[in-house]
Amino acid sequence: MIGAEAIVKCLEKENTEVIFGYSGVAIDPFWNSILDTKIKTVLIRTEQNAAHCASGYARISGKVGVCAVTSGPGATNLITGIATAYADSIPMIAITGQVNSDMIGSDVFQEADITGAVESFVKYSYLIRNVDDIPRVFKEAFFIAGSGRKGPVLIDIPYDIQLAEMTTKFSYPESISMRSYKPTVKGNIVQIKKVIKEVEKAKRPIICVGGGVHLSGATNELVRFAELNDVPVVSTMMGIGVMPTEHPLYFGMVGNNGQPYANRAMNESDLLLMVGARVADRAVNRPDLITENKVMVHIDVDPAEIGKNVGPTIPLVGDIKHIFNDFLEQDDHADDHKDWIALLNSYKEDMASDRVPDYSIEAYVEPKDFISRLSRAMKDDAVYVADVGQNQIWSCAYHIVKNGRFLTSGGMGTMGYSIPAAMGAKLADNKKQVVAVIGDGAFQMSMMELATMRQYRIPVKIVVLKNGFLGMVREHQHYAYNDAYSMVELKGDPDLSLIAAAYGMEYVKVDGNSDLDGELEAFLKDDTSSLMEVRIDPMELTKF
Amino acid sequence: MSTKLKKKVFQLLVDNNPGVLSRISGLFSRRGYNIESITAGVTADPRFTRITIVASGDDVILDQIEKQVRKLVDVRDIHELLPDDSVYRELAMVKVRAEADKRQSILATANIFRGNIVDVSPDSLIIEITGSQSKVDAFLKLLEGYEILELARTGIAGLGRGTDKVIYLDE
Repeated sequence: MIGAEAIVKCLEKENTEVIFGYSGVAIDPFWNSILDTKIKTVLIRTEQNAAHCASGYARISGKVGVCAVTSGPGATNLITGIATAYADSIPMIAITGQVNSDMIGSDVFQEADITGAVESFVKYSYLIRNVDDIPRVFKEAFFIAGSGRKGPVLIDIPYDIQLAEMTTKFSYPESISMRSYKPTVKGNIVQIKKVIKEVEKAKRPIICVGGGVHLSGATNELVRFAELNDVPVVSTMMGIGVMPTEHPLYFGMVGNNGQPYANRAMNESDLLLMVGARVADRAVNRPDLITENKVMVHIDVDPAEIGKNVGPTIPLVGDIKHIFNDFLEQDDHADDHKDWIALLNSYKEDMASDRVPDYSIEAYVEPKDFISRLSRAMKDDAVYVADVGQNQIWSCAYHIVKNGRFLTSGGMGTMGYSIPAAMGAKLADNKKQVVAVIGDGAFQMSMMELATMRQYRIPVKIVVLKNGFLGMVREHQHYAYNDAYSMVELKGDPDLSLIAAAYGMEYVKVDGNSDLDGELEAFLKDDTSSLMEVRIDPMELTKF
Repeated sequence: MSTKLKKKVFQLLVDNNPGVLSRISGLFSRRGYNIESITAGVTADPRFTRITIVASGDDVILDQIEKQVRKLVDVRDIHELLPDDSVYRELAMVKVRAEADKRQSILATANIFRGNIVDVSPDSLIIEITGSQSKVDAFLKLLEGYEILELARTGIAGLGRGTDKVIYLDE
């Protein structure tokens, strides 16, 4: 068995269903060996998107996403995708071809030191020097990527190693124990009891959920705990969808792009459970407010996150699902918090934005109203993928999650994430309706993937909010530079109807005169790939 | 939390994998942590390397350094070497200009500090000195009256006293 066959065998052992990637000579032995398997391959159109596809796939399947590209430029093109996954703790294996072992370090054609280059964006990386190491390396890599605080692991494999004959019989390790890598799973029982006591005592408790709750697969446990103890919930951007948007205990997204009443709720609580959230600058720009006059409990699988941005009263390290199961076991159920919830509801009423639903400019659709209508028209369990920019902020505020998922690039804010991530999500669960919402800037960064959608018949719905500007930065220049716009106007933008036609997609355009609900119903009806162009006012702002 | 700069000595035991030092130093540089010194050398078991890092920062940073380093997959152990429970040593080599008239007084100073003369040329000496950082500093201070031509310091290596925190390298 040669190295390339061994890699494929490892992927089969890990139940990998699909690999996103791009070819090149240095990875060709691998792509040749994969012909003999049932593993599906998807040839994307630029390497960065292979990682985004794997990310979308991982987030919906709950498995480790896999992508593979060639050496040199193939590998370096992948870096943004890997960094995006790292920032959001998405489990991923990135396989890169490498030049021949004896050539490494001599600057030969398409050589790049990819393990060195991705060092700060991966949980770990390997450069395989011996073909017999392949089974162990893959076992470790999948274990590292998918456990603890999840994240990408890169495996760089020289061409000659892929072709080398193994000297030992292939055997995939059944289990693994790495002395230097042992993530904490169970929470400390003393700390757990302390937290439960605080929950019973608290008059104004609140839970702030982050992306870690999704990554741990703990949404059911968390919602049950909140309901049993009558504790309101707010979320970070990555935590959207842990609770249905219209759940009576849910009070929106926190942060400088979030709901003012969500921030107020968090700041005025007397007990804050920060769960799977890293207290990042966009979510909590004044950490003192979430620790002052309250008990703050920080629950995270990564001990380094606890105390990094804010010093909690009670730190609790472990897997959120385990911890909340332990909570539910210990729990005597706190009294209800009627007064506190009534107060939060009054904040919600007073502080909700007074947007004007009937928009008077006929040429444009009002984006906030549009997002609400779109999400009402979507299926209950649909996957909504927001790109980056104004569309993302509107999506966070106005998309109504029912029983589905909300995906976006939260940490890195990578433009062009949504279309490839939506494709990955659709391949993870083809019964789900998957909608990508994107601005015309990011669309032009990722529209090459329409060909991939067509080639593999991946029916994703794409909504392009078109304003001819890089809207989020334009908005920043509006405030910061008094409308002195620089490098934000997208002139020469393509005719999207022709783009859609070029890729054989259905296309519809809506403006202020359109029957939005009717158009949305038609747009979402069939499980086909289609593109909706939504004309929005270039001067529209996201601020409430 | 205190914002006063403090120094801590960390002892690491790491898997002797390719690139392990760059993974550690890369972590320090990208997160903006200060390394005062770093020494590394293979242990009795060639699969592992022991690293001694002297880092400075406030309490929060020093706490983060320990946590972030512990997260690295190659790192088996990191703990602080507390001054009272540990032995630190640094080696320094000093090349001093030493013409005949100054040689005797330099040798006398070196003797007091138990320095070894490891090279002699007509107009210079290389003195090797081992000890705690403060001893090395004190010695260098005494040499200020002479012309130091070149100086090489290793940074400190350290071990905890006794057997309490010994990590046994069974696999």
